[in-house]
Amino acid sequence: MTIPAEDTTFLEELVAAGLLVPTGVSGVMGRSGTFEHVLLGFDALVDRSTAADGAEVVRFPPIIPTAQLERSGYLASFPHLAGSVFSFSGSEAEAIDLATRVAGGADWSDLQTQTDVMVTPAACYPVYPWVAAAGALPPGGRLVDISGACFRHEPSTDPARMQSFRMHELVRLAARDEVLDWHAGWIDRGGELLASVGLATEIVPASDPFFGRVGRMLASSQREQNLKLERVFPIAAEKPTPIMSLNYHQDHFGLDFEIRTSDGEVAHSACLAFGLERVTLALFREHGLDTETWPDGVRGLLGL
Amino acid sequence: MEESIRQVISDAANLKIDIATLSDDDDLFEAGMTSHASVNVMLSLENEYDIEFPESMLTRAVFRTIGSLRAAVSELYGEAAA
Repeated sequence: MTIPAEDTTFLEELVAAGLLVPTGVSGVMGRSGTFEHVLLGFDALVDRSTAADGAEVVRFPPIIPTAQLERSGYLASFPHLAGSVFSFSGSEAEAIDLATRVAGGADWSDLQTQTDVMVTPAACYPVYPWVAAAGALPPGGRLVDISGACFRHEPSTDPARMQSFRMHELVRLAARDEVLDWHAGWIDRGGELLASVGLATEIVPASDPFFGRVGRMLASSQREQNLKLERVFPIAAEKPTPIMSLNYHQDHFGLDFEIRTSDGEVAHSACLAFGLERVTLALFREHGLDTETWPDGVRGLLGL
Repeated sequence: MEESIRQVISDAANLKIDIATLSDDDDLFEAGMTSHASVNVMLSLENEYDIEFPESMLTRAVFRTIGSLRAAVSELYGEAAA
């Protein structure tokens, strides 16, 4: 995989300031206590500003049953981003072979076998089978708050394109019109939330990074139907980086996971996602690397 | 090609209604074809006629009706045969 060339100045500044810790693998970064404090401050701000919405809170680990991701269609659309967990289940002789190869710097991948879990690619994927298992939606549908670590296999020197990052999402599952109302409401509401901490964003139509020629067809379809909107902010890449996305799935997950509304119709769904590392990086970009000098109002909202 | 293109679309598009009830101008998406099913239509037509849709044709407009698909396939098939 080629690693896109980015302006690495901001990344170097973040590393020099101790906010990000390189690991030697592109896009895999440790975060300092200060970075984490800001990130959790924004995470809590999302919680406070949506508390009155009455979302059900649920959390899943950063791995997902392979069968669930297969059912979601993820592997048809994003095979290049998916990460599958492999482990060793061989004999004692093979274990010695493995250790010998590791010590000698030889390839040991053929001694690994696929497990029944994958690395979660977006926080909301475990939500759909969980909702489906509870039976038909109640009247008015459901609203779920989910947050967690996500993995995308896309090594990059852009600090805002990490391979492992956290996402805080709200997922709406309901009848079509209810989902569309909720989705429309978040276009401005998301912008206001980000503006409250000094981030002036622009909302733009977007598409997911589907794989290959088939993917270009799906991406063009997604754009033409205005299914994905992103709030973007200039961080380090040539183009502004999405820090919030708003996705209307139509009945895609309703069909895949057989989720029904209280009227027996196939449920529609939409999700709102904040990329927590990206929002944090945007805050450092906007207000500087020293949080002590940030505006009092912003510090207050983030609990700094 | 006239009838077989309908058969290829019918097999791949997973329509909610019989394709025989659709005119060349009816909207296949409204007839139940999803975006993912439209990709199946693309792959099936490429396979059937040994053609390759260029990126400029990978749009909803081209895949919206039997008529627009027939025009696209004819254009590409003509090029392939020439």
